[in-house]
This record gives sequence, structure tokens and C-alpha cells, in this order.
Amino acid sequence: MAKAQEPQMITANRLRDGEVLYWKAGDWVLALSEGEVFTDPKTADIALAQAMNYVTENKVVNPYLFDVKVAGGDIKPAKEREIIRAKGPTVRGEGKQALGAFDVSL
Amino acid sequence: MYRYDEFDAKFVAERVAQFRGQVERRLSGALTEDQFKPLRLMNGLYLQLHAYMLRIAVPYGTLSSRQLRKLAHIARVYDKGFGHFTTRQNLQFNWIKLVDVPDLLSELASVEMHCIQTSGNCIRNVTADQFAGATPEEIEDPRPLCEIIRQWSSLHPEFVFLARKFKIAVGATEHDRAALQYHDMAVQIVRNDEGHVGYKVMAGGGMGRTPYIAHTMTEFVEREDILAYLEAVLRVYNQDSRRDNIHKQRIKILVNAIGVEEMRRRVAREFDEIKRMGTLQLPLEELARITAYFTAPKFETLSDEMPEGGAGFADWMKTNVHAHRAPGYAIATISLKSIGQIPGDASAEQMDALADLMDHYSIDEIRVSHEQNLVLPHVKKRDLPAIFARLKDLDLATPNAGLITDIIACPGLDYCDLANARSIPIAQALSKKFADLSRQHDIGELKIKISGCINACGHHHAGHIGILGVDKKGVEFYQLQLGGSGAEDAAIGDIMGPGFGEHEITGAVERVVDHYLKVREPGERFLDTYRRIGMEPFKNVVYQEQLYAAHAG
Repeated sequence: MAKAQEPQMITANRLRDGEVLYWKAGDWVLALSEGEVFTDPKTADIALAQAMNYVTENKVVNPYLFDVKVAGGDIKPAKEREIIRAKGPTVRGEGKQALGAFDVSL
Repeated sequence: MYRYDEFDAKFVAERVAQFRGQVERRLSGALTEDQFKPLRLMNGLYLQLHAYMLRIAVPYGTLSSRQLRKLAHIARVYDKGFGHFTTRQNLQFNWIKLVDVPDLLSELASVEMHCIQTSGNCIRNVTADQFAGATPEEIEDPRPLCEIIRQWSSLHPEFVFLARKFKIAVGATEHDRAALQYHDMAVQIVRNDEGHVGYKVMAGGGMGRTPYIAHTMTEFVEREDILAYLEAVLRVYNQDSRRDNIHKQRIKILVNAIGVEEMRRRVAREFDEIKRMGTLQLPLEELARITAYFTAPKFETLSDEMPEGGAGFADWMKTNVHAHRAPGYAIATISLKSIGQIPGDASAEQMDALADLMDHYSIDEIRVSHEQNLVLPHVKKRDLPAIFARLKDLDLATPNAGLITDIIACPGLDYCDLANARSIPIAQALSKKFADLSRQHDIGELKIKISGCINACGHHHAGHIGILGVDKKGVEFYQLQLGGSGAEDAAIGDIMGPGFGEHEITGAVERVVDHYLKVREPGERFLDTYRRIGMEPFKNVVYQEQLYAAHAG
């Protein structure tokens, strides 16, 4: 589990196509910027338990919590792995960045 | 090339139908992800950072134009218009949807292709010299044996659930283009003192966390005994390998734990047992039947003169064209490393155009090399200018085969779920830094290989200059290794010392190269100079100048 003081988000992959998803208030959204940020670890754990229901329902695969930094309303994952996941490969303009709305610079 | 017989076609069609059912059951929830994961991996399907990735087997790196056109079609219809050729001579698609995979596999089966055993703890795609059947250096074409190994190892009941994956390569020349000694098991086709052709078998090589160079198990196995011998090695591995620790499960760990002599003794015991049973003798008529599929085309009698070409042709000839066994013919390497591009990537348009080139100028055949390039194995020298001109139009005529910009790089953190750091941007930055062709020629043969994690898909241990990406508190760092080789003079690179940041690593490589240019003796490649003077002088230059740069900055 991540350090308590860092805000966290929940991500998973959609089962049928592998699409990266972010948790938001009991459901999933496509963009990191629209996802829910948890500042309280207990709330995050409760949400993760809820997110696991989607695994049981065969909608998503492997939900997990990851650390983010929030500054001026912008959310940025703490680790490069999650930045790349949220945006798409840095070497081609495909993935979520192709949709245009996801400014998560490295 | 090999064509499926009735059995092969039925086998692949049944597997497609089986996986279609498995996907349906996964989507319906009849299978959990834990139950499904090993099944999808057996069909080459991974879940990566952004999507599913499908790895398609290209047995011993040989493709027909029909197959390449199908791969282009799949890239367009099921992916984002490109594919990535890998260091196991396979092709990966990065943006596959699980729901599409059964249809995609049906399409592959229609051109005699599949994804079986491209993942999981089984015997993986057998690789070979990309110049097989064309080079004058070889004793015989290694691909018939590769095909026999493929048939023997496909769903082999004993070896479907090994402790870990198992990689086999076959070569037939003194000059090793297939990185034989870095394989779990490798076969080199040799001629003994009596002039008989047979097989030298090596085992226990590998990269990854604990790299080892393979040991020779036997100097000579008779043709009809080769499967018995390979099975003996696999049996010892299967029985005696550790299964309690994922980092100690490869055959290299076993061989080096019990010692090569003990390994040979155990293999010899199994070999005797298998031979006594008499069930695994390779019938020579079957070998001849398979070999017939690989019979070279009837070469025309042609002039051996090299033709003249347009601008850049002479440079391309120098590095990308190699001697062929037939006069008037040549082997042409198509670089997938144009300056600043992603190593190993090819677009659907490039694949289609290459398929046309194959039909016009080659014998409907192309090879994938483990260095992530493509090869036209049988082209007429007189056609080389036209081939070069067409490749130029396609941005596929970069004259850098074997030079410093011919870089191997794994997909790294841009795509791979296991990676700790990105590989491709480092390859691109180095490619741009050394783009000047006269400088590349001055540097000469220098192989840079980059991996984004310790699993070493980018073969960094075998790089003359190897780069390993690591994660240091969430930030990418790069370790430098010098002196590795995947050729006949195989060696594991030495680690230089503390790693470099993303923006420091290309400068560090340049300092290594500049120092080599300064101290090399006439005729020395980088590797030769490194072996003569060792790590220390390079280390001093790289770290001292880095310190100076930091202070100056």
C-alpha cells in the first residue's frame, strides 16, 4: 500500500479491450483528469474494495491504488509509469493523448 | 519455405476454436482472470500498460509476402497501423482488444501463422541465423532443424509446463548471428573430423537478472539423435530445476549450480535412456522431407559484378548488402532503424510495400533478424539499385546495419508492464547523436543494446555498449555496460558503475565512443579496444567529464 500522506487514485484495465480506466464515485472514467482523488487512505481502501466488485462482475482487471500529486487543480501521478499509462507512449502520439484532453507532461 | 500439412492446419484451427471458447468464457465470467491468464499467455496475449499486446510467432524469422500482407492488414484493422519486430524474431501488436483476438487468430491461421508458445513457461519460438540458406558461410540451412524442433516442441506433453520459459536457437556458421550462446539451449550445425554433418549442443546460457554464457554439452550429436539429445537436456532441466524461486528457475541456474560436468553426466544418462527406448530417432527420410520445403530457388547464372546505383547506394551496399552463396546474388538487410525512429517498428504501408518488393525481387521470402531488422535473402545484384531506390521511398534504406545507430531496444516503459524505464527514447536520442554517417563509419562495428528492465529483452548484456534502465525512487536511471557480445566471441558486459539520468546517458555513451576513437589501434573495433584496455580508462573519462560538466553547468 502507498504512503498514507500521498493522495491516491484507483486505476484498472477494462477486460474486453484492455483500456486504462480510472475510478470515479462508484464507476469508471477514461481520463485521469476526471478520476477521483482520495486524500484519506481509509476512504481510498473502501473505494478499492468497491472497485473490486467490477472484477467479480468481469468488467475490469487488476484495480489498484497509485500515488498522485495535486497542484492547482491538476493531477499528476507520482511515478512515470502511471504518467505514461495516463497519457500514452512518449514516443508516439497514440493512446489517451490522441483524444486530446489529457495534458500529463513528463 | 515450410507449408502446413493437414495436421498442422487442423492443429492451429483447433487451437483458434479452443481460444475462442476460452475468451467467451472469460467475458461471460465462467473463467476468472486467474484462470484465464495462463490460457491467454499460451496464446501470446499479454495485458500491458495501455492495452493487450499480442505476440505472433515468426518461426525462425521467416515470412512469406502473403504472411507479411496479412500482418499489415491486422495492423490496420485490429491495431494502430504498425507492428513491432522483436529480438526473438517475432512480431508484436500493442493495441489489441481481447474481444478481437479470436477473429485475429483466425486470420493468422489462414496464412499458416499463430501465437502458440510465444509466451508462458514452455519452449518458445525457435530462432535462427537471418542469413540461413543464403550465406556462403554455412554448412547447411539451419531452418529444417528449426522446423523439426518446432514440431517436436509444440504442445510437447512433458514440456508445456516447464519451471520457466525455454529458448532455443540454431546456427550453422562460425560467425554467430543468432546469439547462440545466450540461449537456454542452442544447436550449432558442425562437421566432424570425418566430414560428417551433425550438431554441437550448448545449454545454460541466458540474459535476465543472472546472465550466463552457455556451456557446451556435447561437441557432436549424429543427425538422427538430435531430438533425443535435446529431449535429454529438457528432461534434466524439467526434473532438476528449482521451482521455489522465480529468479532461479532457468536452466542457466541449474547448470551453474551443479556444474557443467554434472550437467553433462545427467544429460548423457537421459540420452542413453531415450536412445535405448528408441522412440525419438529422427528418421532421415523425415529430415529430407522437411528439408525439401527449404530448398533454395534455382539460381540463375548471373554476372557477379556489382551494379552502379544513385546517391547513397554505395554506402548502403557497404553495410547492408552481404555476400550470397550464388554468384550474381546478394543478401540485403533492410534497416528498421532509420535515424530517430523506433527500433523494430514497421508500418502497415511499409509491410505491404515490402511484400511487393519480395514478390518482384526476392523469392517471396523475408527474414526477421534478432537485431530487429528485416532481410531479403535472395536478391539479384543487378536488382539492388532498384530495391535501394524503393526502400529509400519507404524510409527503409538507412545504411547502418552493424553500425552504432543499428540499436536494439525493447519496448520499455512506453509499452511494457514489466519495464522500469523507457528504452525507445534513449535509442532515438543516441541515433540522432550519431546520425552523421561518416562518423558512424569511422566508429565502425559497435552494437548498442538497450533494455528497460533486468529481464533484458533488449539484450543489454550482449551489447558492445549495453544500457539497462532502472527505477530509482520513481525516476528513470540508466546503467552502462561495456564489452558484451552476442556473437561467437560471446561475453557478458561489465557494469561501469553508478547510473546516469535520462539526459546524461547519451553524453556518457558519446564519451565512451570518443575515448575509443582516441586510443584504438589500427583495425580495432570498439570491442577489441575494450578487451585490450579494460573498463578503467573508460570509467575515468566518463565520470570525470561528467563531474566537470556538472561543475561547469
